[in-house]
Amino acid sequence: MNMNPLIQFTLFLADSNLILSQKNAEWCGHGPILEQDIAITNITLDLLGQARYFYQYAAELMNQAGHTHITEDSLAYLRTEREFKNLLLCEQPNGDWAQTVLRQFFYSVYQQSLYQQILQQSNSQLSAIAEKSLKEITYHIKWSSEWVVRLGDGTPLSHHKMLQAIKALWPYTGEFFTPTDFEKEIIPIDYEKLKMQWIDSVQNVLEEAGLPMPQNIFMHTGGKLGSHTEHLGYILAEMQYLQRTYPNAQW
Amino acid sequence: MPQTQEILTILGQVCDPEIPVLSIIDLGIIRQVKISDNQIEIIITPTYSGCPAMDAISIDIKLKLIEHGYSQVKITSILSPAWTTDWITETGKRKLKAYGIAPPQYSGSPAKNVECPQCHSQHTKLLSQFGSTACKALYQCNDCKEPFDYFKCH
Repeated sequence: MNMNPLIQFTLFLADSNLILSQKNAEWCGHGPILEQDIAITNITLDLLGQARYFYQYAAELMNQAGHTHITEDSLAYLRTEREFKNLLLCEQPNGDWAQTVLRQFFYSVYQQSLYQQILQQSNSQLSAIAEKSLKEITYHIKWSSEWVVRLGDGTPLSHHKMLQAIKALWPYTGEFFTPTDFEKEIIPIDYEKLKMQWIDSVQNVLEEAGLPMPQNIFMHTGGKLGSHTEHLGYILAEMQYLQRTYPNAQW
Repeated sequence: MPQTQEILTILGQVCDPEIPVLSIIDLGIIRQVKISDNQIEIIITPTYSGCPAMDAISIDIKLKLIEHGYSQVKITSILSPAWTTDWITETGKRKLKAYGIAPPQYSGSPAKNVECPQCHSQHTKLLSQFGSTACKALYQCNDCKEPFDYFKCH
């Protein structure tokens, strides 16, 4: 599919949200306690709702550009692994609760800085979605950062689990600040500023949690261009199964 | 052609499916009503991005207007300016409280203690920022011990 940079960027935003919401949704009914089960699924719902706005916008742009019959559903359910542009972080396994809350924290802080920059852009639909989403992201950061502190500064076991989570997820955070061609072409995002803000916020919370800030290590990239870790295929197989087996099935 | 006020009165009969004491007018999600010769366009704004009530509300608006003889109805959803709990009307806030949900505080004002909708004590505590629906947080009253929902500031 030939797609202009704006469509690619919009799909990147949509896919990252959708895949993370799909992963978080696996906790539904399995959260450590009822209130936290409800919290993670509420966050999941926000991410999914934001993804829908981006998909609807991408579908509109694609249909204008000459594609036919593109809908938010066809974008979510009928694209292949190599067509998905989500961040690698979003498709990483849930692991334990520490890994899930840390993944959410890393993503929400990144989302906040990125959307604040999108808000300043001239594209009115993307900035409208950013404006709406930022209100929700504030709650996500508050919730996830409290968990990072609670576990990091908790018992030796919870501290150890948070260390393991950092080790597992940190190599996927470099992708946030490595722009692809489509990002460079459409919106003048200041990636240095994005990185500084993210490092700053994360460092503050990790310090409060008594957790070390990781050193510079090798960072994986490729998700934005469709080169994924082995996990995405399984996620899509489950998520897309129904529409692929029974095309156009309605709820 | 109908008058805007007439349409608004009809819309006042459409309730939020999750909080049925609130009409969509109370909720502040109706941004504009555009009436032309052959169509009524209702411009709404969503409360929370993933709120499943929004789809239900769009259907309910159409059904209610059809009931009153207006079949050419278009619902347009806009995102900006983003909905805020400050747009919930004073009537809406009173209805929420009577229903047992603590109404939202003004988003700009300094945070005060949330008042228990049962015994009106200010002595309450947050149990969870996330409650039974996207718009609510879970609180408990330290005096009467009753847990309750707080319509959280947005």
